[in-house]
Amino acid sequence: MYRYDSYDQSIVDARVEEFRDQVQRRLTGALTEDQFKPLRLMNGLYLQLHAYMLRVAIPYGTLSGKQMRKLGEIAAKYDKGYGHFTTRQNLQYNWIKLADAPDILAELATVEMHAIQTSGNCIRNISSDQYAGVSADEVADPRPWAELLRQWSSFHPEFTYLPRKFKICVIAGDDDRAAMKLHDIGLKLVERDGKIGAEVYAGGGMGRTPMVAPLINDFMPEDEIISYLEACLRVYNRYGRRDNKYKARIKILVHEIGVEEYKRQVEEEFAHMRTLGLNPPVEELDRIRAFFAPPAYDTGLSEDIDRADPAFALWVDRQVAAHKVPGYAIVNISLKPLTGIPGDASAEQIELVATLAEQYSLDELRVTHAQNLVLPHVKKADLYAIWQKLEEAGLAEANLDLITDIIACPGLDYCALANARSIPLAQKIAQRFAAAERQAELGELKVKISGCINACGHHHAGHIGILGVDRRGVENFQLSLGGSGAEDTSLGQITGPGFSEDGVVDAIEKVTDLYLAERESGERFLDTYRRLGMKPFKEAIYG
Amino acid sequence: MVEFLSFRDGEATQEPSVTVEAFTGQTNSTAVRIEAGEDARELLPHLDRLSLVEVNFPAYGDGRGYSAARILRESGYQGELRAVGDVLVDQIVAMRRCGFDSFHPAKPLDDDAVDRALNRYADVYQKAIDGRTPVWAKRHPETTNG
Repeated sequence: MYRYDSYDQSIVDARVEEFRDQVQRRLTGALTEDQFKPLRLMNGLYLQLHAYMLRVAIPYGTLSGKQMRKLGEIAAKYDKGYGHFTTRQNLQYNWIKLADAPDILAELATVEMHAIQTSGNCIRNISSDQYAGVSADEVADPRPWAELLRQWSSFHPEFTYLPRKFKICVIAGDDDRAAMKLHDIGLKLVERDGKIGAEVYAGGGMGRTPMVAPLINDFMPEDEIISYLEACLRVYNRYGRRDNKYKARIKILVHEIGVEEYKRQVEEEFAHMRTLGLNPPVEELDRIRAFFAPPAYDTGLSEDIDRADPAFALWVDRQVAAHKVPGYAIVNISLKPLTGIPGDASAEQIELVATLAEQYSLDELRVTHAQNLVLPHVKKADLYAIWQKLEEAGLAEANLDLITDIIACPGLDYCALANARSIPLAQKIAQRFAAAERQAELGELKVKISGCINACGHHHAGHIGILGVDRRGVENFQLSLGGSGAEDTSLGQITGPGFSEDGVVDAIEKVTDLYLAERESGERFLDTYRRLGMKPFKEAIYG
Repeated sequence: MVEFLSFRDGEATQEPSVTVEAFTGQTNSTAVRIEAGEDARELLPHLDRLSLVEVNFPAYGDGRGYSAARILRESGYQGELRAVGDVLVDQIVAMRRCGFDSFHPAKPLDDDAVDRALNRYADVYQKAIDGRTPVWAKRHPETTNG
């Protein structure tokens, strides 16, 4: 894992003091709320319906046990005892007092964490693959690149007041677990002639106008990636729309001028940028890479897993993924208990996972964009002990990628922007399909719920997506089918007229029944939908 | 309170600035004002006769002026580069990094707040226009000549 040196630490510490100063000016009335708003937003502090929400960055979703423990302590001390893991691999506290925010940031800084640029129209936290470094299919660990970009994007002097927020994702294999093509810029590391470089995709995103990012460069070498991204961002900063915030993301620019014209402008700017000495030397990426060197794995470990306990065997089959090193496994921890809030964890649960990471996972854990957690380096021999502890803490749900592993935004229960409540709907769906056999029968089925058009719940990318809208003062839910945020990225299509909360659960039951009746061998829900098209599903729902 | 802030030696340019259109259409003016959305590169053929470029920020959140400033400096402009309009104290550092060397904000700035802002960050992560050595160069002095 990356560790701060004195430079990184001094920058984060300075930010804490700067924010303390800004909050002080607000509390004494020297700053009005209007003047304070842009300052707090640069630091992840939102004013929500009931309190302030603070969003903490978890760069590329990687954490140490100590960092996780600190997140739990803050939840207990300053929040109502919970943290909420987000689709951007971050963590949000929903019940923060403004006067406490500087102290929270100071506590985070002691474990090399911050909330820098977790909101505002700037480059946000860099996201990545939760299996980075442990998946057999990657050409390299994407996280050193992500860390290089974290540093480059922090307090970037030119790109802090962009037309709109800007999200970058880095992956390094053919399996896309991070929805790379649904980011403003997506990088996929590839190997060419023995060298690592990046395929660059630009102009993807969700929101009210979802777009899958097209490829704009098929190999950007590591010693030029910064100047290339500066070129991409400069074209966007100069020409992205600022007259309408709903048309201000880079996807609209790329769409309106066309990908070829955007590429041409970027290449022209890049020809200039590459002469300016903006790229760190390769030694800097090497320095960062050393922090992500494979940990000291034990050898000669047993591959056996004692499956005598059937509940444990079920959990292993669903939650445990293959690790590239013999004798090790990747453990997915579900934050989707059937009656819980997707992505929520209590202070005690956070503390437990921190301890498990320290004891069993070489002091490392990950957050996924699907709002779950991962212990990346677990000995197969330890799986049973871990499962028992998760079970006691209510964290042993075996539903990874099943219909109850629902992504949901905070919705109208918390968020000032929402039109509808996402969480109660997620719980209703989970309860309707609660039976383990039924979930297993339905197989991989990604359900994603957004409480408004901003699409924080990634509904466009759901095999089944749900969008909450306000229809003359009444919550209404639109259903869409056929989206995917994986390597086969696609955007869901709306089925037709919307539903009430119960109505949408019934509609989901109708489409899943149709899938079970019509599927061919080996087909997931998404595959059957793609083969049959919308028509029969529509008939099943409205016919 | 500070109404005008300059980091240049000597007097600030007093000549009133003209629009980009007026400037490129005549030969005797030496001061120009760029509005957000105007292309700073239109000035590049005329840099040697310019002594002042004002870049207007119509709203603090409109960041186009940062790119305009950098483009001018990257192209060798040495004259005064002044940020005007909705310029807040918390933006001065980034603007300095992009090459602005004078400021005429619509609302005066607090002197102490300006001092604190300018001295807050000992280190920066990026190479920009202000000549500050980025952290990566400090980490690898042997390959980047500091």
